[in-house]
Amino acid sequence: MKKVLAVLALVVAGCGTPEAANRGGASGDITVFAAASLTESFTKLGKDFEAAHPGAKVTFNFAGSSALAQQLNQGAPAELFASAAPANMRQVTDTGTVKAEPTTFAKNTLQIVVPKGNPGGVTGLADFAKADLKIALCAEQVPCGAAAKKVFEAAGVTARPDTLEQDVKATLAKVALGEVDAALVYRTDVKAAGDKVEGKDFPEAAEAVNAYVIAPLANARNKVGAQAFLDHVVSEAGRAVLVEAGFTAP
Amino acid sequence: MTGVRAGTGVRRARLPVVLVVPAVVGLAFLLLPLVGLLVRAPWGTLPQRLFSAEVGDALLLSLVCASLATVVCVVLGVPLAWVLARSDLPGRGVLRALVTVPLVLPPVVGGVALLLVLGRRGLVGQYLDAWFGISLPFTTAGVVLAEAFVAMPFLVISVEGALRAADPRFEEAAATLGASRWLAFRRVTLPSVLPGLVAGTVLCWSRALGEFGATITFAGNYPGETTTMPLAVYLALESDPDAAIVLSVVLLLVSVGVLAGLRDRWIRGAA
Repeated sequence: MKKVLAVLALVVAGCGTPEAANRGGASGDITVFAAASLTESFTKLGKDFEAAHPGAKVTFNFAGSSALAQQLNQGAPAELFASAAPANMRQVTDTGTVKAEPTTFAKNTLQIVVPKGNPGGVTGLADFAKADLKIALCAEQVPCGAAAKKVFEAAGVTARPDTLEQDVKATLAKVALGEVDAALVYRTDVKAAGDKVEGKDFPEAAEAVNAYVIAPLANARNKVGAQAFLDHVVSEAGRAVLVEAGFTAP
Repeated sequence: MTGVRAGTGVRRARLPVVLVVPAVVGLAFLLLPLVGLLVRAPWGTLPQRLFSAEVGDALLLSLVCASLATVVCVVLGVPLAWVLARSDLPGRGVLRALVTVPLVLPPVVGGVALLLVLGRRGLVGQYLDAWFGISLPFTTAGVVLAEAFVAMPFLVISVEGALRAADPRFEEAAATLGASRWLAFRRVTLPSVLPGLVAGTVLCWSRALGEFGATITFAGNYPGETTTMPLAVYLALESDPDAAIVLSVVLLLVSVGVLAGLRDRWIRGAA
């Protein structure tokens, strides 16, 4: 049975890129706590990784970075933590849950998102000040809302939102349903929403760049696997997956 | 222990351990989280947090919206309960099951459903918007609707139960004495189910006060307009857990106060 598996593994490895073959013997379970906005891209990275490393099994726990940091500090077992913001990573480095230096692996910026066909005729950030348009923003307490605040300050626009949503996906949903004329969400979320919405770039987005950082946990049980998956995320192939999802390179 | 002692003494007080132990665990399970909230509350800074403008706005909005939602529920729910209890409508059983759906539906689903019907692009909402320029999402009226949607089954079930328990012969007697159906309903039926109606109203109001999922999904969140206490608690938790605890304590005290105040007088009478 083992021989059969080994042969199968060789075949699978042979199908992938040769340099991605099983180096360093990474195997076993690798649990990754990752920001919710990484759901699509990390699921893909995990599948690619498992294909290249027979015997490795990557399991994800996707949630808000702040919630994940709290779970890790309470002792949740994991190998890696990928946070949507350095601030949330600091929550675990402060307690010693993570001792390694975090690696920045991707960046995300805000985009204006409008329903398909742009019924509100939104062209730029200035339209967010119009009283007759329905506007949704993330609440300032969550990262996308904090980023939105920064870009409005940079643009000198006083936004007049009709609702301050509790997370980025809820904000996007109001646009996808056509209930609001515009919102600010991450570029990756616009991409993940497909053709129900349209994304528009704006120059002030550069004022609030969100850096994604990843680091292994100090008490990771599968240290070899953790390092191997981290290497995969920052590799050329990993970056390609992230860029495909709408992230920019660090 | 209790079982053994009761066995040797008064027969009436016999409480088998098999029941007492899980009952105590159940009680602890329900009460401990509330105790935790009170223990962790930042009592020192509580007054100044309590009298901040946002808390005042959110509490006032919560109380007003829950009360308006309750009015909507009573005006629509009592006749609905009457139809379910007294009419010989075909498919009444199915209707009764449908009425209780919002009870078990995840409130977020209720919010999505409301958006799809009453939203700007909704089945009904698109005409409200086009003909009258009325848009319900992201308004205080939207909060009232979301709360009424979730809370109405509590009222309907209570009143319907009371109506079924009440003897319809009194209404018939009133009718034979020349009272109209409406007069008989007002002067005979309603007074006889009053405790049930009050109990249902209190339950309905409490449920509306605590409503979160449907509200945030349908009405959104904007301070002073749609940010009710539960929404404020949720968002405060993201940035300032102490503020969330204070808001939670306030909500807890208001709910317990109202339930306790009315319980002795009305709810026990209905049971």
